[in-house]
Amino acid sequence: MAELTYRDAVARGIAQEMSRDSDVVFLGEDIAKAGGVFKATVGLLEQFGPLRVRDTPISEQAILGAAMGAAMTGLKPIAEIMFSDFIAVCFDYLANEFSKSRYMTNGQVKCPLVVRTGNGGGARFGAQHSQSVENWCMMIPGLKVVAPSTPLDVIGLLAASVRDPDPVIFFEHKSLYAVKGEVPDGEIVDTLGTAKIVRPGKDATILALAMMVPRALAAAERLKAEHGVDCEVIDVRSLVPLDTQTMLASVARTGRVFTVEENPRLCGWGAELVSIIADEAFYDLDGPPVRITTPHIPLPAADALEDLAIPSVQRITNTIQRSLSA
Amino acid sequence: MAKTQTTAAGPSVLVRTNDGIDADLRLRMYRSQVQIREAEQRANDLFLQNLVKGTSHLSLGQEAVAAGCAAAMQPGDLSFCTYRGHAHTLARGVAVEKVLGELMGRDNGLLRGKGGSMHLTSIEHGVMGSYAIIGAHLPIACGAAWRAQYKGDKDVSVCFFGDGTTNIGAFHEALNFAVIWKLPVVFVCENNLYMEYTPISEVTAVANPAADRASAYGLQPIMADGQDADAVYRTAKAAFDKARAGGGPSLLEFKTYRYSGHSRADPAKYRPAGELEHWKANRDPIKIYRQRALDSGISHAQLDEIEGSVKQEVDQATEKCKAAPPTSVDILCTDVYADGGWAWRN
Ligand SMILES: Cc1ncc(C[n+]2csc(CCOP(=O)(O)OP(=O)(O)O)c2C)c(N)n1
Ligand SMILES: [Mg+2]
Repeated sequence: MAELTYRDAVARGIAQEMSRDSDVVFLGEDIAKAGGVFKATVGLLEQFGPLRVRDTPISEQAILGAAMGAAMTGLKPIAEIMFSDFIAVCFDYLANEFSKSRYMTNGQVKCPLVVRTGNGGGARFGAQHSQSVENWCMMIPGLKVVAPSTPLDVIGLLAASVRDPDPVIFFEHKSLYAVKGEVPDGEIVDTLGTAKIVRPGKDATILALAMMVPRALAAAERLKAEHGVDCEVIDVRSLVPLDTQTMLASVARTGRVFTVEENPRLCGWGAELVSIIADEAFYDLDGPPVRITTPHIPLPAADALEDLAIPSVQRITNTIQRSLSA
Repeated sequence: MAKTQTTAAGPSVLVRTNDGIDADLRLRMYRSQVQIREAEQRANDLFLQNLVKGTSHLSLGQEAVAAGCAAAMQPGDLSFCTYRGHAHTLARGVAVEKVLGELMGRDNGLLRGKGGSMHLTSIEHGVMGSYAIIGAHLPIACGAAWRAQYKGDKDVSVCFFGDGTTNIGAFHEALNFAVIWKLPVVFVCENNLYMEYTPISEVTAVANPAADRASAYGLQPIMADGQDADAVYRTAKAAFDKARAGGGPSLLEFKTYRYSGHSRADPAKYRPAGELEHWKANRDPIKIYRQRALDSGISHAQLDEIEGSVKQEVDQATEKCKAAPPTSVDILCTDVYADGGWAWRN
C-alpha cells in the first residue's frame, strides 16, 4: 500500500501496461522528454525508451490518426491529447474514424486504442483550456468513455482501457492531478462499465463523475451533519459502457436522484441518465430528478467567476436540501 | 536514382525504361485496368437501373494509377483509399462480385452492406479501408507504417488521395509526421484536375498540388503520367522499394483525369468544352496501354482474350449480385463493439 497522487497514478498505470505488453506504445506532445505538461508521464521515456514513448509535433490529427493506423495493424497505442478542449481539432477520428470502422467494415477493422486527455476546470485557464467535454464523446456509437476520480481508479480503469478491444477515451481531471489516495502494491486492473457506490445512503442518490465526486461526497457529509439527510453517492466512472443497474437499484432504494455534472447544461451526461431513470424507475421516484450542472456558458477565467460556474459543495448541498424539503 | 527535370508543367522525374516490365506483368496490368473499366461501367449501369443506391465515385479514366500501383505492391503491403476506392480495391484482388454486391446492398457484398460504396475494405487483401472524410486516412497510413517500423515488419503503407486533399490540414500533418519519424509510407496523389466541381488550380496556391508541396517537407518532388501504367508502376516501385529499405516516405503525384462526374449526382457541366473528349481520344490509359502491349510484342489475340474474360467475369458477378438476397436485417446492430454487439449499458 502506498499513497500516490492522481498524477503519479497515470504514469504507474501506463508503466504497468507497457511492462506487461510490448505492443503498448505511447505518443503525444511533450509526453516523453518533458514528462507531460501536467507531469503525469514522468519517467516513462527512461523506462521504456524512445521507440515506445514518442514525442510528436503539434498535430492532433496525426496523433489520433497514427494511433488508429497502429491499432488497426496490431499495436495498442495510448495517445495523449494535452487538453480535452483540443479534441475539437481532431474530432474526426473520435467521431467518424476509429469509432465507426469496426461497424462499417462488418467487423474487419479493430481499433484497440486509448486516448488520454486532461479534462475539466478549476485551474483558471479560461474557456479553451477548462472544459468538461465527456458529453461530446458520450454521444458517439462505438467509442467508450471513462473518467476516474481517484488515483486507484486511474490505474485500474486505465489498465482496463488499454486491455479493452474497443477505442476508449480516458478523461483525466486536471484539478485532481495533485489529489492523493491509497493504492495497493502490485497489478491493478478494474472493469469498465461499473459504477461505484462511494457513500451508501438512504434518502437520495447523487450521481457524480470525476471532480464532481469529491464535491458530492463533501456535500453529502454536510447534508448529513446539518440537515440529517443521508445521501448515497455513486461515482459513475464510465459513461460508455454505462452501469445503469447500480444507479437504478440505488434510486429504487432512495426514491430521489440528483446528477452533479461539470459539463455545461445542454445534453450533459446527466440528461441521458435522468431520461433512463424516468423511463425505467418512474414509479420509484418520490420527487423530480434534479440536474446540478455548470450553466450553459463558456467557462470564465477569473477565480470568482469560475468558482460560481462549476457546481460547488455549497451549491450541491443547497440544491439537494431545498429540493428534498420542497 | 531517378533524375529530376523541370518542365513547363513543373518538376517531373525521368524513369529508366529497361527495368524489367515483362510480358506477364504487362498483361496483368492490362487486365487490371480493363477490369476496373468494366466494373465501374457496370456500377454506373446498375445505378441507372436503380439497383445501386446512394452515391458512387467512379475511377473511369484513372485506371492506370490503381493498376500500376497495385502491381508495384507486394503481398502484405497496405492500401488506404478514399471514397473513390473501387479501383484500388479491385486492383488488390478483391472479387468484382464482392464490390458490386456491396454497392447493391446485397448479402454477398464485401461488407454485407454496412459500409457501402465509400468504405470498401478487405483486410485479407491489404485494403485497409476507404475513407470518406477528406484527408483522414493520411495520418492513419502513418500509424500503420509506424507499426511496421516498430515491429520490424517489411510492409509498406500506400495512401491514395486526390488533388483537392492537398489543401486540408491532415495532409500537411501527415507529411511532416511521416518525414520526422521516417516512416515506410508512400502518399499517392491522383491529380484528376478537379476537387469535386472546382478546378484544382482555382483553389490551390501552387500549380502541382502535391509535388510543389514536397520540398516543404524535405521530400523530392515526384510527378509522373497517371495515364501510363508503366510510368505509374516504375515511379511507385521506386518509392515502395525506398520505403521498404528504411529510406522513409515519398509523395507521388500522378496527373490523370476522371471521365464521369465527381459522383453520381454530378453531370460535370463545369468542364470546358472538348476537355473530356480530348482525354478520351488522346490520353485514355487503356488505349495507351493496349498500344504499349502490342509494341512490346504481345498479340491482339492475347489482349482480346483478356477483355473477353473480364467481360464474362463482370457479367457473372452482376448476375450473382442480382440473384443475391438483400443484406440480412439481423446485422443492423452487430459489430459496434468488439463483443459483436451494440450494448452501451447493462
Ligand atoms: C472533410 C471533407 N470535406 C469535404 C468533403 C466533401 N468532398 C467529398 S470528395 C470532395 C472532393 C475531393 O477532391 P479530390 O481530393 O481532388 O479527390 P477526387 O474526388 O477528385 O478523387 C469533397 C470536397 C468531404 N468528404 N470531407
Ligand atoms: Mg480531384
